Amino acid sequence: MSKLRVVHYINQFFAGIGGEEKADHKPEVREGVVGPGMEFNKNFGDDAEIVATIICGDSYFNENLEEAKAEVIEMIKKYNPDMFIAGPAFNAGRYGVACGTITDAVQSELGIPVLTGMYEENPGADMFKKSVYIISTKNNAAGMRKAVKVMAPFAIKLAKGEEIGSPEKEGYFSRGIRKNFFAEKRGSARAVDMLIKKLKGEDFTTEFPMPNFDRVEPNPAVKDISKAKVAVVTSGGIVPKGNPDHIESSSASKYGKYDIDGVMDLTEETYETAHGGYDPVYANEDSDRVLPVDVLRDLEKEGKIGELHRYFYTTTGNGTAVASSKAYAAEYAKELVDDGVEAVILTST
Amino acid sequence: MVKEIERAGIPVVHMCTVVPISLTVGANRIVPTIAIPHPLGNPSLDKAEEKALRRGLVERALEALETEVDDQTVFEK
Repeated sequence: MSKLRVVHYINQFFAGIGGEEKADHKPEVREGVVGPGMEFNKNFGDDAEIVATIICGDSYFNENLEEAKAEVIEMIKKYNPDMFIAGPAFNAGRYGVACGTITDAVQSELGIPVLTGMYEENPGADMFKKSVYIISTKNNAAGMRKAVKVMAPFAIKLAKGEEIGSPEKEGYFSRGIRKNFFAEKRGSARAVDMLIKKLKGEDFTTEFPMPNFDRVEPNPAVKDISKAKVAVVTSGGIVPKGNPDHIESSSASKYGKYDIDGVMDLTEETYETAHGGYDPVYANEDSDRVLPVDVLRDLEKEGKIGELHRYFYTTTGNGTAVASSKAYAAEYAKELVDDGVEAVILTST
Repeated sequence: MVKEIERAGIPVVHMCTVVPISLTVGANRIVPTIAIPHPLGNPSLDKAEEKALRRGLVERALEALETEVDDQTVFEK
């Protein structure tokens, strides 16, 4: 049998083109393997091979979703593949969203099996785990070998139309699909077994995990913003020049609170970004591009807002665990309430 | 972060470029911005034009804060 034809999608970083300064790289196609594709080919053995690799910058893809999707699909079509793989993206947010978006689009528009992989906290996972198979990976590229070892044989299974096992067995995120099967014990017996385990304090596996809908209802609107105290918060890592609290460029272990009393404008000499997940050139030149202090001062002067709160809060949202961000914000939100802040503008990069 | 601020009882508007992420995270008031490395600016404009652009976006954010919403809402132009 001839080898299955696979097209692989990766970002500018894994293609060796560059980091954040190249994140606006437009889609390009190269014959054969590039970067992590080699590891895939090794694991495919005689069953499959990567015939082409599509490379696209993460920012380009996310800022031009529709165009990028269409361009990449055109490129894939030409190779008439049996299978499409994107990533793995680990905990890279934009890359994960790109991998999810493009696999989802290829599946529905070209009708071929698709696969991607990423870390569970990657926003792309929540967005696409219901529509495509996403293999669960570690949060950084050190997990490449392990990820590919799971992804490659699973991809072959998908491409050959073989039966797919449960999420636990195969290593993909649950898609919320139910499948009938014959259990050895009847339901009442299984329920009692579980209850006994629970009473003993032992681990048990539920057969019906409750979905985790963490939604917060919107608060009522601000009655009159021209009287309100407004605060700014950012995950874009804006800090006073020199980053006095050493907020990490990724996986931040803290947030910063900075006094902007009397600051009318964030300048190149006084502020910068600590964020390592986007090209910092523009924010370093003028941090107002991320945290609009200059404009808010004007609006304050003109009476369009009551007052700009004296402190801003900041962290780098790059690879930072959801649990950490949640804890930081829960803490400073309390301060904002105590300080009488009535509205918040939160900016993200 | 946006959810924790909302949970604390303060209306919050999320200004970001990749709207699908904001929707997934659970922001209720969303204003789409220019680009990932410069959400509230555009380095290809001159300083005055760029500031006007930024002001337009911030004004839209303030309008969003003054608008009642029942559900996740994206405030396009």
